[in-house]
Amino acid sequence: MSELSWIDLALSSARPQAMGALLRYFRDLDLAEEAFQEACLRAVRTWPDKGPSRDPVAWLIFVGRNSGIDSLRKRARQAPLPPEETLSDLEDVEEDLAERLDGSHYRDDILRLLFVCCHPELPATQQIALALRIVSGLSVRQIARAFLVSEAAMEQRITRAKARIAAAGLPFEAPDAVARAERLGAVAAMVYLVFNEGYSAGENQRADTPFCEEAIRLSRLLLRLFPSEPEIMGLTALLLLQHSRKAARFDADGQIVLLEDQDRSLWDGRMIREALALIDKALRHRSPGPYQIQAAIAALHARAKRSEETDWEEIDLLYQSLERLQPSPVVTLNRAVAVSRRQGAQAALDLIEPLEDRLSGYFYFHGLRGGLLKQLGRNREAHAAFERAIALATTPAEAAHIRQHLDGLACEATAGTTP
Amino acid sequence: MLYAVLCYNSEDAVAAWSKEEEDKVMSDLAAVESKHAAAGRLGPVARLMPTTAATTLRKAPGESFVVDGPFAETKEQFLGFFVVDMETLDAAIAFAKELAVANPGVGAYEIRPLRVFKPGGALEPL
Repeated sequence: MSELSWIDLALSSARPQAMGALLRYFRDLDLAEEAFQEACLRAVRTWPDKGPSRDPVAWLIFVGRNSGIDSLRKRARQAPLPPEETLSDLEDVEEDLAERLDGSHYRDDILRLLFVCCHPELPATQQIALALRIVSGLSVRQIARAFLVSEAAMEQRITRAKARIAAAGLPFEAPDAVARAERLGAVAAMVYLVFNEGYSAGENQRADTPFCEEAIRLSRLLLRLFPSEPEIMGLTALLLLQHSRKAARFDADGQIVLLEDQDRSLWDGRMIREALALIDKALRHRSPGPYQIQAAIAALHARAKRSEETDWEEIDLLYQSLERLQPSPVVTLNRAVAVSRRQGAQAALDLIEPLEDRLSGYFYFHGLRGGLLKQLGRNREAHAAFERAIALATTPAEAAHIRQHLDGLACEATAGTTP
Repeated sequence: MLYAVLCYNSEDAVAAWSKEEEDKVMSDLAAVESKHAAAGRLGPVARLMPTTAATTLRKAPGESFVVDGPFAETKEQFLGFFVVDMETLDAAIAFAKELAVANPGVGAYEIRPLRVFKPGGALEPL
């Protein structure tokens, strides 16, 4: 591995903590980003000769802070009004940096940095874009490519999102335990959104976007900050389990391969084992939550060496507890798959029919319903359901998958009429 | 003399390796290992899972207690390790508790799942 790529890795792994501290100093996202950028440039210039700093995070914060102060002073000389209120605690810049980096501060710094990205006024896509830009340091071009928009459009979206955050006011007071738990919950949800964006990007053949890896990195980061939170263990395990199937989810033609048809030897055993270790840790807390339950369901799939060995009964029970904890028609829809395996297609159909009102615009509802009707030999109704699904497909792979079902029905129909 | 060689690095940076970088490092390391294994000098080799997968048993007067996360005290030093094969984390913790009873006082046992394990052989017990 070349020296430069080591520096790159060191800079990107130091980023959340350094950015978090710089945001606390400057109370301004743009200024913090500029300061961090400048510190990185200096690192790239000096580290190859002098060797990397023993403590890259402290080095980047120190250099970034000085360069940020410097540029503020320059601006102050040019502008008539010195932006005093822009600076929070420049009084104590000479205070011992080591002390400020010590434990308690940086946890809230990083949490704040992540939390500002998931401001409730921001739509999900902007939260994702902002987190990837600010926390992960992905380039605007990378993010734009993933969202299939131009770089300029993405730049504009990020700028607008930042303006909205600034207008809403950044949360700089130290959070109490309740506020901290709320922030953690919001941040965990945002990390899951980032992952899902990457997961469905795979379906859009945009597999070069590192969103899933970034989400796992952020989730591990959260777990290091909050090592005793079973839900963060569950979230990390869930992401690892879903990502472990990456190589098996599509065939050579880019078609979706259903879980039951996947070549399980392609699943990443190391990710699965790490996830199982995390679930084991979480279970000791006896405090179940939605991420833990979803991870436990994914783990049951991962543990089955062949799809026939899947423990559908346990999966059904887990979905039932998820329904109690977090009632949602989508959870019930997922449970219906387990029910169809245990009690047959009719039982599953009975379970999902009442959801029609709420899920009529949902691709998977019509896809599953079509599949169940087909199993029951109600081909005409199945055909209609698949037609509705295909109209709601958001990716070519989804549409192609339903198309196969329709073709299957057409074959049956032909076989039926031909003597 | 038998030596243990302990590996230190930023786990976040290591986790960010691409598949190619990861494979390259592992195969370069394997080349070093196999040279020394052929000479009968290599014992077990292990790579640990991230610290996020760790649990720590803290010794305490009376009963030791379990905390999530890695062992993080800097005033104590790394003194030795065991590799055990257990079905569950609870079983591994029970094993560590037995150790804590056998060797009471202060200190801790960090329980970290292994990511890679090559049992090796060839070496004489010390």
